Amino acid sequence: MPHDHHDHLSPSGHPYRADDDHPLTYWQQMEIAVRELLVEKGVTTAEEISAQIDTMDARSPANGAAVVARAWTDPDFRRALRDDASAASRAMGFDIGPMKLIALENTETEHNVIVCTLCSCYPRNLLGLPPDWYKSRAYRSRTVKEPRKVLAEFGLNLPATTTVRVHDSTADMRYIVIPARPEGTDGWSPEDLAKLVTRDSMIGTGKAKSPDAV
Amino acid sequence: MTQKTNTFDGRRWHDMGGTAAGPVPTDQHDFALWEKRVDALMVIASSKGHFTVDGLRRVLEDMGPEAFETMTYYERWIASINQNLIEAGIYTTAELAQRMTEVAARGATYGEAASG
Repeated sequence: MPHDHHDHLSPSGHPYRADDDHPLTYWQQMEIAVRELLVEKGVTTAEEISAQIDTMDARSPANGAAVVARAWTDPDFRRALRDDASAASRAMGFDIGPMKLIALENTETEHNVIVCTLCSCYPRNLLGLPPDWYKSRAYRSRTVKEPRKVLAEFGLNLPATTTVRVHDSTADMRYIVIPARPEGTDGWSPEDLAKLVTRDSMIGTGKAKSPDAV
Repeated sequence: MTQKTNTFDGRRWHDMGGTAAGPVPTDQHDFALWEKRVDALMVIASSKGHFTVDGLRRVLEDMGPEAFETMTYYERWIASINQNLIEAGIYTTAELAQRMTEVAARGATYGEAASG
């Protein structure tokens, strides 16, 4: 959408952010009102809201990739992750919140993929906010019924000999996929391995990148 | 759009696992500031015990399939957060109405209206 008001300044003298100069919608009007009322009633503060946004912005698939790369290189951690992914991720310094996190390991013969058929539950603490398609009717409806077709739409064509397991998340129990470690990465450091771990590989709609890709 | 049938098959509209649908959409948008604020309000208000994620979902599910087709994700969320906060007694519908009127009076864009 074009922005025609680049040179306009807000009442405080600052330029508007790019997404601030569109016509106000009813629901944005409600967001502003609710936020202001919550501050006035002492439920929260403007600083706390900003800090929470910063926390969420800082969460990205890089967090999950660090967990995966460590699982690939540290057998004890891998075992701990399989036993209790929440505790193992917390031990790496990631805030997992109260939810139960389960790590699903892909192997040569088994491929895991995650979905939330009821809504949009996602391992947001390790991957950030979910992509739009994860919340779409199509992904939610079809992944549990025809996962191979859905995966093919992502360019992932699995042989018939591979078992596909679909995991339906809930608000309190979420999954992360540990993709198979790519061939040709013996001796790689966890930092370099993490660069091969994509967001989609941790959802299960993709694989980790091959070493030639980086 | 959803089909209306005379027989209830035991599931509500949001319980869509296994139903037929088209290709998975590939378009992606960057989250706008107001959407991030809605997300933050949910995390903060629920972490302080004013309502739960189940309360959020109850209102979302009661909105029905029309809202799912016509409203965006965070539009549905702010509507649900607001409903839960009113039910929790944090503020009244009258206070909300008055504040929304004041917000709209500040200007025609989000940036202007948010600079209270």
